[in-house]
Amino acid sequence: MSIFSNLTAEQFETIGQELDAIRNREMADLGEKDANYIRTLIKRQRRLEVAGRGLLMAGFLPPAWLAGVACLSASKILDNMEIGHNVMHGQYDWMGDPAINSKVFDWDNTCTNTAWKQTHNFEHHTFTNVLDKDHDIGYGILRMSDDQDWEPRFLFNPILAGILATFFQHFVAIQSLKLEDYLVYKTKTKEELKAEFKPTWKKMRKQLFKDYLLFPALAGPFAPFVFAGNVTANLARNLWSSQVIFNGHFPEEVEQFPESVIENETRGQWYVRQLLGSANFEGGRLMHVMSGNLSFQIEHHLFPDMPAHRYAKIAPEVRAICEKHGLPYNTGSFVKQSLSVWKRIFKLSLPSKTQGGSDKGPLNGLRAKVVSLTREPQSETRKAA
Amino acid sequence: MNAMTQTSSRFQQGLTRLLQSRVADILSYPHGVDRYLEVFNPLWSVNEVRAKVEAVRYLTNDSVTLTLRPNHNWEGFIPGQFVQLSVTINGKRQTRCYSPANSLHRADGCIELTAKVHANGFVSRHLREQLSVGDVVLLSQADGEFALPEQRPEQVLLISGGSGITPVMSMLRTLCDEGFSGPITFLHYANSAADMIYASELDEIARTHDNVTLVRCFNDEGEQGELSGLFSREHLYIAAPEFAQATTFLCGPPPMMAAVEKVWEEDGLAERLHKEQFTLAAPQIESDSAEGEVRFVQSEKMAINNGATLLEQAESAGLTPESGCRMGICHACTCRKTAGDVRDIRTGEISSGEEDIQICVSVPVGTVTLDI
Ligand SMILES: Cc1cc2nc3c(=O)[nH]c(=O)nc-3n(C[C@H](O)[C@H](O)[C@H](O)COP(=O)(O)OP(=O)(O)OC[C@H]3O[C@@H](n4cnc5c(N)ncnc54)[C@H](O)[C@@H]3O)c2cc1C
Ligand code: FES
Repeated sequence: MSIFSNLTAEQFETIGQELDAIRNREMADLGEKDANYIRTLIKRQRRLEVAGRGLLMAGFLPPAWLAGVACLSASKILDNMEIGHNVMHGQYDWMGDPAINSKVFDWDNTCTNTAWKQTHNFEHHTFTNVLDKDHDIGYGILRMSDDQDWEPRFLFNPILAGILATFFQHFVAIQSLKLEDYLVYKTKTKEELKAEFKPTWKKMRKQLFKDYLLFPALAGPFAPFVFAGNVTANLARNLWSSQVIFNGHFPEEVEQFPESVIENETRGQWYVRQLLGSANFEGGRLMHVMSGNLSFQIEHHLFPDMPAHRYAKIAPEVRAICEKHGLPYNTGSFVKQSLSVWKRIFKLSLPSKTQGGSDKGPLNGLRAKVVSLTREPQSETRKAA
Repeated sequence: MNAMTQTSSRFQQGLTRLLQSRVADILSYPHGVDRYLEVFNPLWSVNEVRAKVEAVRYLTNDSVTLTLRPNHNWEGFIPGQFVQLSVTINGKRQTRCYSPANSLHRADGCIELTAKVHANGFVSRHLREQLSVGDVVLLSQADGEFALPEQRPEQVLLISGGSGITPVMSMLRTLCDEGFSGPITFLHYANSAADMIYASELDEIARTHDNVTLVRCFNDEGEQGELSGLFSREHLYIAAPEFAQATTFLCGPPPMMAAVEKVWEEDGLAERLHKEQFTLAAPQIESDSAEGEVRFVQSEKMAINNGATLLEQAESAGLTPESGCRMGICHACTCRKTAGDVRDIRTGEISSGEEDIQICVSVPVGTVTLDI
């Protein structure tokens, strides 16, 4: 909070204007380049998928199995990250192509388009790193901030983080259910939960049926090879995407904010909160593409609807703005950021030393806030848009 | 040869059925079969009509004539109808309507579109300057009420102006191919002989078909047409004295169409006149009388009503609502109006309350709230 409260109103205003200028310039330049980029990428992903699924049919041959898993993993990662995540942000809506439109596009993942846009595009991007508002802080099961009161269940923080990463697609799929409201806080009834789960279950069922029954069945006697290949590809995608996302918000220096910051927040303040609440990691072109350019998490949070392949180009300018105003620009190698995240996960599994006798019980105001948020999604501001 | 085509078409039918099956649907979930087919060949699709550009010709200085070979999803058309053609310009899909000009009986299965190139025409200029043989475009199925009746009329009068020649050209070519023997009069208005699309083919048809009378009318002085100037009742008496007995098909610029319609109305023949309009008479933007504001709820934007269509107002407010034809044909722009009154610029009708509207042909009457 220190830097955030040290900035003057004028400074916020200036930062807002400088970042708006970048945004306006880039958005005015949208065109063929962006369209070709995403079309080419989609083509490559579909080819990888067809190749992967084909190779797995011959999965009884070890080289074919390995190549098949590699292709299918790469395909699922591209589909979810550089394509799905970014298309569903509306980065390519201007193209007027229904196949590449945030309203229509759906990804090779158990999470539905609608649920994702609610929890990610709206809640996470609007209330980035605001405690009790941004469900991505620990996904309701982890303790990811000192300001989150310690509860005994957080002793399992590292184990739960491992489980979360392993089954990441399913956690993301059910994230909108806010399961902890039912399990821990008892503010949601079983019936409510069931009704909310219905559309998600419909999609989960189709995805599981496709990957674990139909495709294996097509291979006849070699079904186990296909099954194992699909499990591995889904696992690879889960581990990779969860790590990329954790690296974006949970390296140790990344800030979290109390709910009070979002009252009457100006555009400039919103920008600065996004800057302080995100972290980048470095790498080559392949690393950026495979992480859906979330290696530029800072730029992504400033401009969530700008085609992500442009982040690399504007990153030096964003960094210069940060330096000019004395703001941190959190970046490092993939390994450094990952270690930092895991350090945090381990550290926070124990009660914080500084935490005095909080007068609030362990079950603080989380539930009321989250519930009110899910009940009235449209009336809240959509500053991210 | 015949047996071979039969097997290959049976193979194609089988393949199509397989690709449309539930199994294919689940295997390709959630993207759908088309999203995989197009990766391998842009023409392959189980649902969409896509067409390959087979030829591009320039019959006049400001027109372009495309020969398109549609994929097997194309269900054909009735002469007079139109298709929606979509092309991608600078990354963005653009859709416009064009009326096939070819005969229904064209043997090679291709369709022919001719577009007049407007000086500032975004799509028509692209078609002339950028499109080339081998490109793939997206088409809709044919649609439209303006169509040659199944039961061919006894006498036909075709009146067109400028690019409005295309649908009636299709009618003429079709009737000639069918050996239609009733009288056909083809009355066409153009600025000059050089601007007239299909001039030489029309000459040829008139020369070889006794029942076809070609009457060309040029606006420019000193041109060699049968008539000159703008449409008038006198023109009609000279070109088609028996117009009252004929079934008439009319397509041209709005002022010309209005003049023709007036004559038919005066003579009580209105129901014998079939019309097609290419352009909406531009809505009079009554900026002085426009009141209230337009509220875009989901995007949390607001604009002061300036009297333009809701689509245009949404776009100037920085929104990117879906749109296609921009003239009330394709329904791409349909969205929910939650409050307020709008006027349909085609009919002048005013509607109110919560309803789905086509924002490209709706202007707000007072404050309007849209759910976009
Ligand atoms: C049912 C139907 C069938 C059609 N069939 C044909 C056809 O067969 N051949 C054909 O050439 N066109 C046809 N059109 C018109 C066509 O759809 C486009 O409107 C036209 O090609 C112009 O598009 P554009 O993108 O080039 O111009 P835009 O960029 O949309 O318009 C640019 C400028 O040109 C002006 N303009 C646009 N269209 C016209 C026009 N028709 N006359 C005068 N000024 C205009 C506009 O007022 C504007 O100022 C048809 C339209 C309809 C509704
Ligand atoms: S854009 Fe086609 S109906 Fe409005």
